[in-house]
Amino acid sequence: MQFDSFSAFLDMGGYGFYVWLSFGVSAALILALIVSSVLGHKKVIKNIAIRQQREDKLRQVRKQRKNTQVDLTQHSTKEITQ
Amino acid sequence: MWKWLHPYANPEVSYHFAGRMLPWLSALAALFLSIGIVWALAFAPADYQQGDSFRIFYLHVPAASLSMGIYLGMAIAAFTSMVWQFKLADASAAAMAPVGAVFTAIALFTGAAWGKPMWGTWWIWDARLTSELILLFLYLGVIALHSAFEDKNLAGKAAGILTLVGVINLPIIKYSVEWWNTLHQGSTISKLGKPSMTADMLWPFLFCFIGFILLVTLVICIRFRSEVLSRNSIRPWVRTLVSTQLAATEK
Repeated sequence: MQFDSFSAFLDMGGYGFYVWLSFGVSAALILALIVSSVLGHKKVIKNIAIRQQREDKLRQVRKQRKNTQVDLTQHSTKEITQ
Repeated sequence: MWKWLHPYANPEVSYHFAGRMLPWLSALAALFLSIGIVWALAFAPADYQQGDSFRIFYLHVPAASLSMGIYLGMAIAAFTSMVWQFKLADASAAAMAPVGAVFTAIALFTGAAWGKPMWGTWWIWDARLTSELILLFLYLGVIALHSAFEDKNLAGKAAGILTLVGVINLPIIKYSVEWWNTLHQGSTISKLGKPSMTADMLWPFLFCFIGFILLVTLVICIRFRSEVLSRNSIRPWVRTLVSTQLAATEK
């Protein structure tokens, strides 16, 4: 241990402000980078899932519409032949 | 001879490989950084000239060399993508840029906070500091280009050209302390063979340096995975992966 007491450790031989400022700002920047990277990964997954659900829904609607149109045309041809 | 590398050209394989590295990288980075930083702050001897302000060295030098190392990695990835049209290389270059920018900012900030008590000024427009600031702007430009285009291939090409042009800045940063008169001190570590430091200062430095390398690799792996997913979002393997992950979180 290079320091006699905890207050001497904080003082850093008179350079405490500069040393702790450097370590504090660096830790904050690195923490922000890690958090934003992890959150960004979750966001990417969520966005892909949302788009996937939207596409699935569109496909279903299109399918239903096609089916009803087929029904209508069948009806009308029936009516004409009758 | 290099055949074992081939499967990793597949986005799915490299996505899962990067995922398997995450726990190891985080555990090792935490171990090395906690040993290194406690050692550097409390147990390493004070410098005979600079006193305890010298402890900023243990952040400043790893951050500065990593800011250049990450840029070199990004340039190799950009070159690979441009010459061999290898799309995963673009994803890794896009993953590296923000990490490099943060470490450049740390190098600049710790340098300023070290310069104030030692040189009497936070900032001076000399060769080393100015070229490192240009490195930060290069990183910001690359990040901006990667997000400026909807088409990620086009974005990768534009960012890659800027990255490769910017490589000229790396030797300028490295040799700036030798080519020009500067307030910045010469290198302490990279004198090949004989570092001009005592062992009880060098060991904590090595722990910090290896710890930061592991941390950088960890964050790049996390970001690489996001880039791979968003670039392959219509592929079937991404669709099944996303739906199973979503089902797991909803439970």
